[in-house]
Amino acid sequence: MLNYTLRRLFFAVPTLLVISFLIFLLLDLAPNDPTGNLPMTIPPEVREKIRISLGLDQAIHIRYIKWLEQFFVSEPLHVLEQWFNISIGDSESRVRVQSWATRSPAFDLIAERMPQTLWVVGMSYVVGILIALPIGVISAYRQYSWFDQVGSFISMVGFSVPTFFTGVLMIVVFSVKLEWLPSIYDTTLEVVDLDSFWLQFKQMIMPVMVLGLFNAAQLSRFMRASMLDNLNQDYVRTARAKGIREKSVVLLHVLRNSLSPVVTVLALGIPTVFGGAIITEQIFRVNGLGQLLIIGIQGADIPLVQTLTFIFAILIVLFNLIADVLYGVLDPRIRYE
Amino acid sequence: MSDTGLVNPESPWGEVWVKFKSHKGALIGGTIFISIILLVLLGPMFWDVDPQRLNIREKNQGISFAHPMGTDQLGRDTFAQVLAGGRVSLAVGFTAMLLSLVLGALIGVLAGYFKWLDGLLMRSTDLFLALPLLPLLLVITMLYRDTLRAAFGPETGIFLLIVFVIGITSWMQTARIVRGDVLAIKEREFVQAAKSVGTGSSRIITRHVLPNILSPIMVSATLGIANAIITESALSFLGLGFPSDFPTWGRLLNDATAFITLSPERVIWPGLAISLTVLSVNYLGDGLRDALDPRQRGR
Amino acid sequence: MRKQFILTAAAAALLANGAWAARGDDGHVNILYWQAASILNPYLSGGTKDIESSSLIIEPLGRYDENGNLVAWLAEEIPTVANGGVAEDLTSITWTLKQGIKWSDGTDFTADDVVFTAEYCMDPNGGCQQETKFADVDTIEALDPHTVKITFTVPKPFPYGPFTGGESPIIQKAQFLDCMGPNAPTCTEANFGPHGTGPFRVTEFRANDVISMEANPNYRDPNKPAFASLTFKGGGDAASAARAVLETGEFDYAWNLQIDPSILSSMAEAGKGTVVSAFGTGVERMMVNLTNPAADLGEARSTVEGGPHPFLTDANVRRALSLAIDRVTLSEVGYGDAGKPTCNVLPAPAIYASTANDECLVQNVDLANQLLDEAGWMPGSDGVREKDGVRLSILYQTSTNAVRQDTQALVKQWWGDIGVETELRNIDAAVFFGGDQSSPDTFQKFYADIEMYTNLFNGTDPEAYMNNWTCDEIPSPANNWLGNNMPRYCNPAYDDLSVQLSKTAAIEDRAVIAKQMNDMLMQEGAMIPLVHRGRVSAHINTLGGIKLNTWDSELWNAADWHRVK
Repeated sequence: MLNYTLRRLFFAVPTLLVISFLIFLLLDLAPNDPTGNLPMTIPPEVREKIRISLGLDQAIHIRYIKWLEQFFVSEPLHVLEQWFNISIGDSESRVRVQSWATRSPAFDLIAERMPQTLWVVGMSYVVGILIALPIGVISAYRQYSWFDQVGSFISMVGFSVPTFFTGVLMIVVFSVKLEWLPSIYDTTLEVVDLDSFWLQFKQMIMPVMVLGLFNAAQLSRFMRASMLDNLNQDYVRTARAKGIREKSVVLLHVLRNSLSPVVTVLALGIPTVFGGAIITEQIFRVNGLGQLLIIGIQGADIPLVQTLTFIFAILIVLFNLIADVLYGVLDPRIRYE
Repeated sequence: MSDTGLVNPESPWGEVWVKFKSHKGALIGGTIFISIILLVLLGPMFWDVDPQRLNIREKNQGISFAHPMGTDQLGRDTFAQVLAGGRVSLAVGFTAMLLSLVLGALIGVLAGYFKWLDGLLMRSTDLFLALPLLPLLLVITMLYRDTLRAAFGPETGIFLLIVFVIGITSWMQTARIVRGDVLAIKEREFVQAAKSVGTGSSRIITRHVLPNILSPIMVSATLGIANAIITESALSFLGLGFPSDFPTWGRLLNDATAFITLSPERVIWPGLAISLTVLSVNYLGDGLRDALDPRQRGR
Repeated sequence: MRKQFILTAAAAALLANGAWAARGDDGHVNILYWQAASILNPYLSGGTKDIESSSLIIEPLGRYDENGNLVAWLAEEIPTVANGGVAEDLTSITWTLKQGIKWSDGTDFTADDVVFTAEYCMDPNGGCQQETKFADVDTIEALDPHTVKITFTVPKPFPYGPFTGGESPIIQKAQFLDCMGPNAPTCTEANFGPHGTGPFRVTEFRANDVISMEANPNYRDPNKPAFASLTFKGGGDAASAARAVLETGEFDYAWNLQIDPSILSSMAEAGKGTVVSAFGTGVERMMVNLTNPAADLGEARSTVEGGPHPFLTDANVRRALSLAIDRVTLSEVGYGDAGKPTCNVLPAPAIYASTANDECLVQNVDLANQLLDEAGWMPGSDGVREKDGVRLSILYQTSTNAVRQDTQALVKQWWGDIGVETELRNIDAAVFFGGDQSSPDTFQKFYADIEMYTNLFNGTDPEAYMNNWTCDEIPSPANNWLGNNMPRYCNPAYDDLSVQLSKTAAIEDRAVIAKQMNDMLMQEGAMIPLVHRGRVSAHINTLGGIKLNTWDSELWNAADWHRVK
């Protein structure tokens, strides 16, 4: 297993390089433009000069190599300098990955938004898992009971109704009609005492629930289906015949063997935690990475979008690797050698 | 859904049908599903209001005899729009779901079963997961919209484009899940036994592997329909899909959301239509899965 | 004695109204823009959100008030020929700065800062987005610490380009000295927290999200601003921004609420806030493609070389298309109080507004049908008019925006009533307005028959705007599609008028010429104007001092904003 992991890690490097180049190519091909959102009063000649000042007149391979250098050389060096408070080489003239719209280092923008993203989107995943696993397990164990029927109904409706609708609905009910919760997320709020914690809690409820329910709907379906498959297996009958207590049959054997699809869905989902939830963040104005990404895409801020999606790609490759390792842990029969 | 005497209950498919029939959820789901399809196909014959006809004097109306589901902000009849939108949404939802399911299942099975394909296929999956969706859509639309429009006309051309775009961007989860299951099933005794008696790979896959990964595929299918219907609305909203006056369920829901305080009943209809479709497909899938499950057969 | 008593009483009365409170007395104010500010330097980002957020901090020498009049801001007065500030030959302008103004860091504001600002923007390597403000500038010099003289290379009848309006504020030389030219983008600290002379200064800037500000301790009026601190939040969408002010009252001010007017008025019924609107120069109009956009022309598509349009070159068709539209309904449905029907591309300021084209204000389907009949366009078997094998079938494109899609749907129906078939297309704004050379969907390439968007001009002088439709502004592959003449309209008589305008100084004469140009464009049907669009914003009822300004930044008078008690 260790061998396999190391080999996969080694092959991840060329994979990621290919992915990064394809993303770059894609962003370059895309027809949106950094001057697209400027007011009509700025004439075309000035727009052309702006493009040139952003370096868009250079050939694509030169721009790609520049980005590679900034991402893999300048940024790590900058981090080292910050951590150890030293200066390595010519740190004054070193160019970091610069966002076009804000003219500031893309990594600073990402770092600024990381905490809110992890809190809101990450919490919604935790909530989703906490809701989905028990529902999935119970509805499979008591298939076609009223609990299963209600659970199926709610999770299917939860998945069919998109977040752009549930978000607005929640705001209308809880912010406008009942005036319980704020409709706009205050990103400057710092939690220092119980009062500010309560405010933070209140403003997190709606975005976390909207996202959490959506995630739970999907997870619980896969959990239920997988549990159902395993409950009919011979080993379950054998275990029961051996007189093992029902609880441990279900929770130890069946649950463990049913986790593979759940692990897959989660491994695909965790990178999206970092990628943020574009629509939900937009509705509640949470300054997460999803919002940053969509602003970057709309404004054709290529360095920022490239950096964000590439970090995203690293996480995808990493977590899919973790999922593959976990399959082996959950089911020792799976061998990769 | 009448009982036909034509099916021989002794044949394997007859047995599946018998089991399917006895599944209450599947029957209800199937009935609702067929009613929805009949309604959107035949409905316009009985309710012959043009869904695109505006009447600004009758805007934002509630439920009435003239307009059973009210009207929108330009006075278009919501009922006619839901009917017309249903045809498009169901067509897009099903074709896109099938495309993504076939792609996902195929790639998942191949990657899980044949070790030499695993690396390549799974790295491509990583690539597709990593590509930023919006720029990808912009590029695909830019490259192919005019060609397809010239070849198939504006509506069919865009339909093909949308189905392709949704299919190509949503198969990855199915592929990963299927692969994970195949990896485990491949090591099970019955597959090993089949291998040891020299059964060919394609036969093992169709006879032993596929029936055992039906449940995640069925779940993916139900979730896939909902996903395709919603994604279509997002595409249209971005100007990458059907023209703006072309109603679809997702689009109706999207437009109605803005009017949630002014005419709250308007959001209910498209939301209900999508949810009912997905629910009925879910129960159909449940029934089908139970009926096809080799372990439950003949019990 | 008696006089003094009256004065004191007046002061007391003012105090009671809260209008004469001391700086910072009114606590905190929350402003919401549904586009988030990405930078506080308008020279590096011309986006409205960036110009308006930075207008709280940095200021120009002169700016436009809510009526479109130029008023002195950091200058003593607006220079004119009459007061000697503008040279008789119109080639130079001399600004005299107010005495005693300080930057927020406590240093003196001088003419050097003004000269530096011009150098900063005119640096060819800086990618300055407000370059047009400095068009034709030859030299800028500081005559003394409070006098700046700008010399132009040509006579400028309207010399108020540099340093007027929110697009051209003064930045501090000391802070931006190392940020010239290619270094401009790397000065993150200065771009995120410029020192200014305005009522507020930045305490924290979070790009694309929120700006926290506090009252500038060195602001020139010791009693202003009334607010001690300010939050400028960005992002989301217009509908939820309106909701946050009008329904939940979480925010005090929300900008540019272009949403369905019936939704906006139902939100305003909650009684927490007020919707305000004002009109500027923006006109939602259709551009008529006078060249052939047929796909089989390849490179020559939508160019003069590609030949004339198969049917839109027929003046009767253009007039019929315009007459079939009910502009009153369009503006009511899409814009409410923030729109009025118009038949001009130059509807404001009032002195420039023509009345010669008002035929189109009233929908006239019969006349439209009659025109088409007379011109020989006869309905075919499917009801669509045709002549010599050419069908009146229109591809009508615009950017993605709920109101524009409603307009499209309405227009499609009206054109259907006169036998014209319409296919609608909407394109993402970043693509449509983006001008990417490789994209077929930009408004410059105009691979459609009709396209619709809003155009406008800053300030009150229409010269540059009217020059958009001269022959050499036609976009084509030869000029990389960089041009403003979307209809590909070319009329030597129009070009002559444009030259004449650039040589005329007296405002009355300029108005006559500009009106002539507008009428020529309208009567020849190069564009079909639809709605004169205003700006709609909303403020909570307890926020006073709002004077909605469409000629300059909406936040231009934030120093006077206060809490109504």
